[in-house]
Amino acid sequence: MSVRALRDRFRLLQRHRLFSLVPLAAIVLLLPLLFPSAYYYRIAALVFIFAIAALGLNLLMGFAGQVSLGHAGFMGVGAYAAAIGPTHLGLPPFFSFVLGAMLSALVAFVVGRPILRLKGHYLAVATLGLGVLLAIVFSNEANWTGGPDGMTVPRLTLLNWSLRGADTWYWILAVSFLVSAVLALNLIDSPTGRALRAIHDSEIAARVLGVDVAQKKLMIFVVSAVYASVAGSYLALLNGYITPEVSGFLRSIELVAMVVLGGMGSVVGSLVGSAVLVILPQALTLFRDYEHMVLGLIVMSVMIFLRGGIVPRLAAALGGRRK
Amino acid sequence: MAEFLQFVFSGLTVGAIYALVAIGFTLIYNASDVVNFAQGEFVMLGGMTTVFLGQAGVPLPLAALVAVLVTTAAGLALYRFAIVTARDANAVTLIIITIGASIFLRGVAEIVFDKRFHSLPSLFGSDPIRVGGAAILPQSLIVLAGALIIMVLLWAFIDRTLFGKAVIATSTNRIAARLVGIDTRIIVGACFALSAAIGAIAGILVTPITLTSYNAGTLLALKGFAAVMLGGIGSAIGAVVGGVLLGLFEAFAAGYVSASYKDAVAFLVILAVLFAMPQGLFGKAKVERV
Repeated sequence: MSVRALRDRFRLLQRHRLFSLVPLAAIVLLLPLLFPSAYYYRIAALVFIFAIAALGLNLLMGFAGQVSLGHAGFMGVGAYAAAIGPTHLGLPPFFSFVLGAMLSALVAFVVGRPILRLKGHYLAVATLGLGVLLAIVFSNEANWTGGPDGMTVPRLTLLNWSLRGADTWYWILAVSFLVSAVLALNLIDSPTGRALRAIHDSEIAARVLGVDVAQKKLMIFVVSAVYASVAGSYLALLNGYITPEVSGFLRSIELVAMVVLGGMGSVVGSLVGSAVLVILPQALTLFRDYEHMVLGLIVMSVMIFLRGGIVPRLAAALGGRRK
Repeated sequence: MAEFLQFVFSGLTVGAIYALVAIGFTLIYNASDVVNFAQGEFVMLGGMTTVFLGQAGVPLPLAALVAVLVTTAAGLALYRFAIVTARDANAVTLIIITIGASIFLRGVAEIVFDKRFHSLPSLFGSDPIRVGGAAILPQSLIVLAGALIIMVLLWAFIDRTLFGKAVIATSTNRIAARLVGIDTRIIVGACFALSAAIGAIAGILVTPITLTSYNAGTLLALKGFAAVMLGGIGSAIGAVVGGVLLGLFEAFAAGYVSASYKDAVAFLVILAVLFAMPQGLFGKAKVERV
């Protein structure tokens, strides 16, 4: 085969929708070679967890163009499902995990239709209100959730094999993230994905073209809630402990910052955004007292100076391979 | 009956503060279309700065004055460094910027001040006045009077001065205002300064009753915004009525339903208003342009 034919093949491959997974998978496989201790596995596991949540939010924000300032609320639903199911209801941990995702989907489905009718700052405030309401419920129902002090989460067991150890969690979460990415990329490339992008550009034009705008928006809202819920369940299981803070207002804002920082509409960007915002505070533990100040500064500067996002900018700088 | 009256008193007191926060929101929103979530932080800064200057031995009236000036400077800085720098951003991005500013100010407050709750002595002592079986704190009357005076002064300023007319012109149509020679950047900056000052005064007035701490601002901002939504975004009367109504709702919910879910009332109000009547009580319905 000539060099030219090879190059053409490679070009075709590059255009495949799952191509951006190749560098992701490579990173996941090679990264542990650089880890000197279990601590690094844990941080990487956290990055994947938030990347899953950010990816879900990115589907909503980057593709459908709808903002949610309350997405941590759904993380809370997932987290508390993983905690309450086995502790209070005697359900198997894995089943509680799935139940949490279903519950999040249900909540999103019920409130989604009226909320998604709103636009601009009305939508921002309504989602914010939803998230804070969920957080208030979690910290008030102390009999179930342990109140503001939180509760312990039983370990996840699969066929009598109890999951512990940061490296085990690293691989589970890496695979989960890759699976979420594949699902997201497939969704983006489906008729639904194209309809969502049309809605992003102009809702009225999309409607004129026969897109059921309300139904598509609701669908992507439910999907992104499930992503957040799964991330929340994982977070609870990894930490073995949760407090209502998981669903708090600050968390929701952090998720939005991850999406924008990494790049709206970029799957790789969700990973990059969450990596930056998870690792940075760890690197700054010396300045623990300055945590809020630093987070505030990051959120402001991302929104002012980095609205384009890291990954889309890099891609543009490297020759505009991606849109 | 005494119980009912008691809830009305406490509802009105808190409602007056919500109304002041809501007025601050409205002032900035009308002048610049920015929904400023750092509004609650102005209230916190006013209260906390007064407390700490007082502890350092500064006489309270002077401390209060300095606190208002410090907060006004913070408001101006927010406008100059965050809002002006991001001028072509859309509404949602601007909201997130102000949320970032609110987190930042809270972070600064927990370092400069501390993480404890603080109070201020009330002006006329803390012996409650008995009215129809219910008790009302003298400070509550000061809060109500203060809120009323601020609102009247603000109305006089906006309605009776040339500068106020420029504010109205700017909020009606920024480009047209610029065409007739109004420097809209100065006007919008002044609105940020003014609403920071109003927030600071609210914080100083209410601290003897509700206490204050570095993180008191976030919830206040959210509730002030609920008041704005209830009254209809952009309407000054709506902000006042919305604030007082929200205060009363909360007091009754805490008294008759559940004290621990008091804070949920504001968010239920936000959602209910958005679902049922997005234009609020006094707002105008918006027509979408294609």
